[in-house]
Parts: sequence; C-alpha cells; structure tokens
Amino acid sequence: MHESILAYRHRRYLWLALAVVAASIAGYWWHDPQEPPNGGTVFGYTLGTIGAFLIGWLTWFGIRKRRYSSTLGTVQGWLSAHVYLGLTLIVVVLLHSGFQFGWNVHTLAFVIMVLVIASGLFGVYAYMKYPERMSLNRGGAPRSELVDQLEEIDRRSLRVAEQLGPEFHEFVASGVQRTQLGATLWDRIRGRDRSQVLLRSGGATSVVSNKGQEAALDWVAEQQSRAGDAETQAAIGELSALIRNKRRLLKQLGEDLKLQAIVEIWLYAHVPLTAALLAALTVHIVTVFLYW
Amino acid sequence: MRYDLIIVGGGPAGLSAAARAQELGINCVLLESSPALANTIQRYQKGKHVMAEPSVVPLRSDLEFNAGTREAVLDAWQSGMTGLDVDIRYGSEVVGISGQRPSFEVSLGSGETLQSEAVVLSIGLQGNPRKLGVDGENASFVQYTLDDPDEYSSETIVVVGAGDAAIENAIALARSNKVIIVNRSGEFARAKEGNLNLITRAIEDGAITCFFNTEVSSIEPGAAINLNTETGETRVECNRVIARIGAVPPRRFVESCGIEFPNEDPTTLPELSNQYESNVPGLYVIGALGGYPLIKQAMNQGYEVVEFLQGNDIRPADHGILEEKFRPLPFGLDVDGTLAMIRERIPLFADVNGLVLRELVLASDLLMPKSGDVIFRENDYTNSFMTILAGDVTIEAGGGKTFTLSPGQFFGEMSLLSGRRRSATARAGDGCVVLESPRRDIVRLMSTYEAVRTIVDRLFIERSLRAGLAPDALPGDLEATAARAELRRYKSGEALFSQDEEPDGLHLIRSGSVSVSRRIGGRDIVMSYVAAGNYVGEMALVGQARRSATVQATVNTESVFLSREVFDEMLLRETGLRERMQETVARRVSENLRMEAAPEAGDLISFLMEQGLGEATDVLLIDESLCIGCDNCELACAETHGGTSRLDRAAGPSYAQVHVPTSCRHCEDPHCMTDCPPDAIRRAPNGEVYIQESCIGCGNCERNCPYGVIQMASQKRPATGLMSWLLTGRGDAPGERPPIDANSAAKQAVKCDMCKDLRGGPACVRACPTGAALRMSPAEFVNLTKRAS
Ligand SMILES: Cc1cc2nc3c(=O)[nH]c(=O)nc-3n(C[C@H](O)[C@H](O)[C@H](O)COP(=O)(O)OP(=O)(O)OC[C@H]3O[C@@H](n4cnc5c(N)ncnc54)[C@H](O)[C@@H]3O)c2cc1C
Ligand code: HEM
Ligand code: HEM
Ligand code: SF4
Ligand code: SF4
Repeated sequence: MHESILAYRHRRYLWLALAVVAASIAGYWWHDPQEPPNGGTVFGYTLGTIGAFLIGWLTWFGIRKRRYSSTLGTVQGWLSAHVYLGLTLIVVVLLHSGFQFGWNVHTLAFVIMVLVIASGLFGVYAYMKYPERMSLNRGGAPRSELVDQLEEIDRRSLRVAEQLGPEFHEFVASGVQRTQLGATLWDRIRGRDRSQVLLRSGGATSVVSNKGQEAALDWVAEQQSRAGDAETQAAIGELSALIRNKRRLLKQLGEDLKLQAIVEIWLYAHVPLTAALLAALTVHIVTVFLYW
Repeated sequence: MRYDLIIVGGGPAGLSAAARAQELGINCVLLESSPALANTIQRYQKGKHVMAEPSVVPLRSDLEFNAGTREAVLDAWQSGMTGLDVDIRYGSEVVGISGQRPSFEVSLGSGETLQSEAVVLSIGLQGNPRKLGVDGENASFVQYTLDDPDEYSSETIVVVGAGDAAIENAIALARSNKVIIVNRSGEFARAKEGNLNLITRAIEDGAITCFFNTEVSSIEPGAAINLNTETGETRVECNRVIARIGAVPPRRFVESCGIEFPNEDPTTLPELSNQYESNVPGLYVIGALGGYPLIKQAMNQGYEVVEFLQGNDIRPADHGILEEKFRPLPFGLDVDGTLAMIRERIPLFADVNGLVLRELVLASDLLMPKSGDVIFRENDYTNSFMTILAGDVTIEAGGGKTFTLSPGQFFGEMSLLSGRRRSATARAGDGCVVLESPRRDIVRLMSTYEAVRTIVDRLFIERSLRAGLAPDALPGDLEATAARAELRRYKSGEALFSQDEEPDGLHLIRSGSVSVSRRIGGRDIVMSYVAAGNYVGEMALVGQARRSATVQATVNTESVFLSREVFDEMLLRETGLRERMQETVARRVSENLRMEAAPEAGDLISFLMEQGLGEATDVLLIDESLCIGCDNCELACAETHGGTSRLDRAAGPSYAQVHVPTSCRHCEDPHCMTDCPPDAIRRAPNGEVYIQESCIGCGNCERNCPYGVIQMASQKRPATGLMSWLLTGRGDAPGERPPIDANSAAKQAVKCDMCKDLRGGPACVRACPTGAALRMSPAEFVNLTKRAS
C-alpha cells in the first residue's frame, strides 16, 4: 500500500546504486594505469563523465518534479532513484579523483558535492521521521483547526476580561495582540515563542516577554489572590483556565511549525548548493581541458 | 377587466410569451408578483455570467437573449418589453385561478379579479417568499428579500429567520446597523457550519442581539415589531423588518388551480400535452414549472405556447435537432413518425406523455452499433439506460452465461440504480438500434410515472437475484421470487437488522453500502464494509441461528429484501446455492476473526465510513506518516486543470495517520448530479464524475455535494514556461496563476475529474514525492487496516 521512498518497489534503485558502486570499485581495482590513479586516466575520465551525468540528472529532478503532466515515471520513483543514485556519487567521484585532493577548484567541487549529499541525507532523514511526529502532535486535526481554536480562546478570554473591567481588558487584549509564534523561519526552527504582553505598574507601562503565556498566568494569578468577591474569583479562574488552554495550543502549534520548518529548511541548502556545485563543476571541467 | 390571455409570472418564459402575444396583437396582460421583471434572474449574484445553454438549440423569441452578464440580459429584456409596449403589471401576485377555457377568473393578492379566455402559468420553481403571517406583514418597512446590505446604515433592523439567508443578511447588516435576529427555536440548527459559527460568535460578542424561542406576534405601522418571547411580550422599535423565512413552493398553488400531479414526490412535474396544456383546458404551463430548467428553453416555450394558442401548429424549436438525430436511422420515418414508433415499440414508454418522451429522446443518443460491437463493457462505470429499438442485444454476464434481449426490452438499469460498475457486457446483434438515455432523464421518468418505476424495479430485482444468488434459475421461477421480494430503504446510520435478533430474511444491497459490527465486551467493533451488489444476513439463515452482528447503512441505502420463506424456497430449488452461501459464510467468519483480534482496524473502518466513504468509488487518502506537507499534489492538480486545484490537502480529519482530504470521492450515487439544470455532470466509463463545458455556473452542485469538494472558479491565465520561471523567476509560479479577469464573475463549477484526460492517471498521486498520496476504492480499505493492526 503506502510505501516510503526508501522501500519504493522493493528498493530497486538501491540495488542499482549498489551495482554502480560495485562496478566502480571493481574497475578501480582492475584498472592499472601507468601513473597513480587520478582523474586524468582513461578510467578516471570514465568515472568523471559518469559523475557529471549523474549530477546533471539529479539536478533535473527539480524540473521533473514540476512537470506535472509528465508520464515519465512518478515523482516518488524519481526521488527514490535520486536518493540512492545520488549517494553513489561519493564513491564514483572519490575513485575518479584517485584521492588526489588539494587546495584547488577540483577539490572545491568535491566538497560542495559532499555538502549537497549531506543535506540530501538530512532531508531523507527528516522525510522519514518527521511526518509521523507532526501527525501525532496535531492529533488528527488539520493545522487550520488549531489556529481556529486559538482564535476562539482569544475571543472568549477577551469577553471574560471585558466583564472584569478595563484593566483586565487592556492586559488580555495586549496579550492577544502580541502573541507571536514562528514569525521567521529561524523562530520556527527554534520553536521560539516571541509573545509579549503589556504590564502596567503604577503609571508606567512595560512590554515583557510572555513566552509560554507565563507572564500572563502570573499576572492573572496575582489578581486572583487579590480579588475580593467570589464572582470575580470565578471569572478570573475562567480566564486563567483559558490562558492555560492557550499555552497548550501554542505549544502544539509551535511544535507543528517547527517540524514543518525542519522538513523544509534543508532544501534551502540543498538547492543553492546544487547551483554552486554546477558552477564549480563547470570550472573544473573547463580547467582540466585547458591544462591538458 | 377581460383579456384574451393572462400570463402569470414574468420570468424568461412569461416575458417571451407576452412579447409574442403582443406581436400577434393578442389582448394580453402579464402579471408579475415582484416589483421588476424576471425575479429569479434579478436574484442571481451581481455580475453573474448568464449562459445560453443548450448551445445546440436555437433561440426562438421576440426578445433577445445572449450569454452575458446578468445586468446585460435583464437590460435587453427590459428594453425589448418597453419597445413592444407590453402590458405588464408588477407587484401583482396571483393567488387563485379558477375556471377553464373560455372563461378564467384570475384573482390577485390585492383582491382584484381579472377575466380571460386562456391562462399561461410561468411562475417557475423558486416560489414566493414566505410571509410573516401576522398583522402588518405587508407594512412598508417589512421586506422579504435583501439585495444589497450596504444600502442601509445606522438603522435598527429586525431580521426574522434562522436559515442561511437570515444569518447572512444579519451578519452583513450588522457591519453598519444595529441588528436584532428573531429565531423561532432555541438554536440555528438549519444553518451551514460556517454560518452557525459566524452567528454564534456575533451573538456572543454582542454584535447582534438574538431572541431565541421567539415568534413575531404583530407589526405596528409606526415601525415597531411585537415579539412573543420566552419571558413574555416585547415591543421592539425598529426602522426595518427583514423576514427570511423560506419560500413557499409553488406546488400547492398550482394544484389549487386544478392542475394534477401524478404523485406526491416533490420532484414530480405536472402532466402536459404536446402543446403545454395542462389537464385544465386553456391553462398552459411553461418554463421551469413544466420541467424545463434553462432560460433558453423557457423563452422558446413562451413563444411556442402563444403560437399554439392561436392554433398555429408550429414545430418546436428543437425539431431540427431531432431531425438530425433521426436521419441515420433505417426506419425511413419523419420526426413525429419516429417518436410514435419509439412509443409503440418500447412498452416502458407506452404511457409516457408526448412532451416528456420528446425531451427524453432529445437528451438521448441513438446508437447503431455494428453486429458484434460492444455497447458497454463489464466493469465500466457508465450509468446510462438502454432501450432496444431494433435488432438483438446479447448480455454476457460473468461465468460465460449469456442471454439475448429483443426490441422493446431495456438494459443498463443495474448500474443506473446502484451506481455500481456494469455487471455484464452488452454486445450488439444484427441491425441493432439502441436508445441510450442519460441517468437524469430516466430517474425523472421513474419519479413521475409509477408504472415505469414498477417495471424497472421489478426487472432490476429479477436480474440482481440472478446475478447475486441464482445464475441458473429458470426465468419463471425468478419472476415469481422477484414478485415476492421487497424494496427497502434505509437512512444513513439506520440498522437493517441487529445482533441477537431472530433472522427474518436476506438483504441484497441494491445501492449504498452497509457496515457489519459486533458488540464485544461492551464495545461495537466494525467487522467489515459491504458494498452494493452483495448480500448480508445469510449467516443466521444458513446456520439457523440468531443474528451474529448488527448491519447498518453507512449512507442512504436500498436493499432487496427476501423474507425467510422466500429464501428457504430458493435454497431448496436452486442447486448449489446453499454451498455458495456456506462458502461466503466461512469466508466472512474468518475475516471477522481477524478483525476481532484487531479492534483498531475496525475503528479505522468506522472512521472512514463516518467520512461518508461508504458511498465512494474512488477516494484520495493521504498517509500522514509519509506526508511532508509540500502540497505538490495540489500544485499538480492546479497545473493540470487550468490553474485551480480541486483538492484541499490539509483540510479534513485524520485517524490512525490516515488523512481524508477535501477531494471528490466519485460517489456511487453522486449528490452533485441531483439538480444540475443543463445536466452537465456526468460519469465516465472509469467512474470519474466530471463536469462538462455546458455548466451554467448556478452553484447547485456546490450546495448539493455533502463533502464540500466543488468550487465555483473563474478561468485562470494560461501557464507560462516552467524553465523561464525556474531560471529567471519570470511568469507565474506553479499553482499561482491569477484569474484572466479579476473583475469578471463568470464562474463555472470545477471538481476532480480523476485526470481522466491525462495519460498516466491522477496527477496528484504521481506528483507526491514521498508516496503519501494514494487513490483507492472502498474495497481496498481492508488493506489499510492490515497496516493499522
Ligand atoms: C443561481 C442560478 C443561476 C442560473 N444560471 C442560469 C444560466 O446561466 N443560464 C440558464 O439558462 N439558466 C440558469 N438558471 C436557471 C434559470 O434561472 C431558470 O431556468 C429560469 O429562470 C426559468 O424561467 P421561468 O420563466 O420558467 O421561471 P422564473 O425565472 O423563476 O420566473 C418566474 C416568475 O414568476 C413570478 N411569480 C412567481 N409566482 C407568482 C405568482 N403567484 N404571481 C405572479 N408572479 C409570480 C416570479 O416572481 C418570477 O419573476 C439559473 C438558476 C439559478 C438559481
Ligand atoms: C566530465 C566530467 C569530468 C572530467 C572530464 C574530469 C576530469 C578530470 C581530470 C582530467 C582530472 C585530473 C586533473 C589533474 O590530475 O590535474 C580530474 C581530477 C579531479 N576531479 Fe574531475 N572530471 C570530471 C568530473 C568530476 C566531478 C563530477 C567531480 C566531483 C564533483 C570531479 C572532481 C575531481 C577531483 C576532486 C579531482 C582531483 C583533483 C586533483 O587531482 O587535484 N571531477 N578530473
Ligand atoms: C550532487 C547530488 C545532488 C544534487 C545535484 C541534487 C539536486 C537536487 C535538486 C535540484 C532537487 C530539487 C529541489 C526542488 O526543486 O525542490 C533535489 C531534491 C531532493 N534531493 Fe537532491 N540532489 C543531490 C543528491 C541528493 C542525495 C544524495 C539525496 C539523499 C540522500 C538527496 C535528496 C533529495 C531530496 C529528499 C529532495 C527533495 C525532494 C522533494 O521534496 O521534492 N539529493 N535534489
Ligand atoms: S462532487 Fe461531491 S457529491 Fe459529487 S461525486 Fe464528488 S464527492 Fe460525491
Ligand atoms: S455543474 Fe453545477 S454549477 Fe454547473 S450548471 Fe450544473 S449544477 Fe449548476
């Protein structure tokens, strides 16, 4: 039924990748050039060419992914192949270079390639691990529903605060207005809650952090301890329950945003690095032909 | 006043009739209850693009009608009517019509009566707004419609009603008015979920005041309303009262004029002659009221009815189309001759009224397959209905059984009624001519003519008994059994029978589906889901025990019920039946054991059934343990379908990491098809329910689909090149194409068509990078449960 990219079609691309790796190693073993193994031997050229084609094809995935009416395989099949064949590059290119590294553009290309592959590996890890965590965290509800619930809580808190008087209303309204979760990508990754709230003491006002609704809960607890009649007590109690609910929801939402961000963030390395790799590779190929 | 002709209702039908009458110099008046012409069209959304379907039918009217905006269409009619100087009386609701040719008495709401020789009734189907029914209901500040809420500000407005219209009006008015809503009951039970949330919120926030459990007791001329609330009488001063308490369907009124309907079914139409005359001589019915739901048809009939009245036996506007349709036929008959022959050869149509038969033939295709050609194939999903005009047709059922049908007989009713795949292949014999009719027209015929329904049902039962239970039965035996079988209907959630009951008989599920559950340790555990075309209840009958499980309809379901006696007789008579039954029992018992061991699997099935998937044929499910939320599925859908995605991946509930997104399930009996004026929604052979170009954008299907998967969408800009976007960022990103004309209200309904026109199948599934998106039929749900357990 539902099959992951790694398990796709009995791991057919894993076997293909292993075959490529085995063939490269065998070739390296048997090939006996007059000079130490390097990219300039016949076998070196062969592996280099294979590597270059692989990189081109791996890059093409970004285009195939968006050719929505293409009937050339499915995107899942392509990704499965992308992952396994992408990994073979390490072996193919290492053997191509004959382990001749130095401070030059050739090695730079290799390093970038390794970074692309490393980011890709992280991506696969994230794809395998995080969706399930996201799903469990949301508990079967779509994200929009969590947001709706949050809005509902805010509305109800404002109503209760209104009954409690202008001081409460101002406080709760500022808390609602300054609730901020995952405004930037980095905040999302770190799961940072940048919520704030306006505190008034005497004539002075100050804006303080309301991370995890802590400040709000503290303030409300303080008011509750001071409140006189039972009715006010009860209303403040309701408010405090609402804010605790909000804290729970914010945590859940924060986690959701965080996981979603992690699932996406590595592509911000993978894709630009791919562009850098293509540039370095072009230079590498041009220079080796120039110095030939 | 005495007229030659009175036309009641100034919609497209009535206007066209009045225009023709004026041209012919007939002394005629048009009575329209609303203050302007064509109230139904006035009530379309502003700027709505009105379409002129069916495009093949020519317009025949003295008024103009071209596809265009609502405003342009109305202007053209208005100026046409002014130019012809037609006598229209607005604000004249007709409340009674009595008499017959040549002396009718037409009474108006104002108490006035008018006389005429003939009456044309063209009041459409919208009905008139229900009035408050209290003193002062017609006061100047009381209104029953609201066109533009922004027209009013700083007023105190009392809105009466608890439906969507009342809520939408109240919310819109509350932006710049003080609004009070009056609700007869204690909640807003009839409202859509979205509206319910809006009104509940507005009331809680104090933006709108609500009187629950309150009736209007009277209206005072000095702009006040008296309410009978839970706590007593209250008087509310206000500037305006807007009552949105539904419409009165026109049927009662029509019946009061003496017009007869064949039965109580609300969808039934009155019987009319070829010249649109009802059973009351001189009283004619045209337009939507007569069963013609499109503007052009209504206008053509307006023209024709006046010609008929004058004794001109003109040919209907669709004559040419029928002529074309009949041209290739080998019978050498003219249009009327062919129609007569169809009636004569096909007993099912013997008593069908001429107009209805004509409409049916017009909507149908005439097939002339070569000998040996396949008419439809087993497992196709088509749902049309076939009647044989000439030649033979061989039905090849599974297991090598064939039987031959001859002219006059029909086939194809199984899929039509059950929504399931074709259960056999139909192959043409020599000189075969077959009339293939769309599902909608046959369903309508069955609801109008009891006799047609009985014949089709009877044959359906006989054939499904043969297919499901007794493939070798003698025809006579089956006929007798079928006569004793009973058709039963169950609402979603209703039980066919319950655990531990004495078994009373066997159910063959004809449409819908059921779930089988057992109570184990105080908990209901779902064992399985049984689709239409299968039987349930055999276990207790074969084993002579009590019911071992409860069987419940998962959606509205129909079954063919065989009582215990009838079934026992069949068991004795049909060789092999008992063995087959025992095999099924053994298979089901072992399946049940597996499910009992894994209650989570049953929970997953009941979750899926709660999402209405019991009536699905093919549904998109997303495995949340694989979905990374990239929405590539939506992008793929949009980019392969003119820029609008037909699925909403994130929306919808999940259970055990199986997510049911908002996306069409291609229902067995698609609700969306129920009320589509141009019959634009069809089912393709592979089961895809899709919308044709002829959609007029009325929005009925959007409302009728219980799963919210249809949208009204405008056309998007064509796609720009992918490479230029990728490399330079120029052009539109996939899935982000803007509409061609942001101001245009030309919208058509769009929904999933399962990519039936794409090679390679559904784009959503093929574009999912992780393999999380998958389409499957309910029969495959069991595979999901294997994972769940
Ligand atoms: C939202 C929507 C969009 C549509 N879009 C299209 C489209 O694009 N193209 C298309 O071809 N069709 C469209 N239709 C269908 C079309 O509106 C109808 O087929 C058409 O209006 C039927 O015309 P009619 O004259 O039979 O009835 P109606 O247009 O309903 O006219 C009946 C008239 O009679 C009046 N009346 C009712 N009762 C009385 C009474 N007792 N006394 C006096 N007068 C009375 C009413 O006020 C009304 O003006 C659409 C329908 C809807 C609901
Ligand atoms: C068309 C493809 C390629 C050709 C023709 C090619 C050619 C060569 C040649 C001739 C050398 C030897 C240079 C020397 O000894 O000075 C070389 C070395 C090397 N190549 Fe390639 N190469 C190709 C692809 C690649 C790819 C895809 C990579 C990895 C990204 C790569 C990485 C290296 C490295 C790291 C070396 C060793 C550097 C060194 O010797 O100092 N090459 N290549
Ligand atoms: C040098 C080698 C590689 C190159 C040039 C490369 C290039 C690309 C490109 C261009 C994309 C498309 C991104 C987009 O448009 O959204 C992509 C996606 C991806 N790559 Fe690579 N890649 C390489 C190696 C790898 C490896 C080794 C792995 C895994 C081990 C990997 C995993 C992925 C994944 C998971 C995606 C995301 C697919 C998606 O969500 O659509 N890549 N890669
Ligand atoms: S649009 Fe709605 S009613 Fe029609 S087939 Fe799809 S899910 Fe069913
Ligand atoms: S497809 Fe939907 S919107 Fe279009 S005409 Fe039919 S019912 Fe109306």
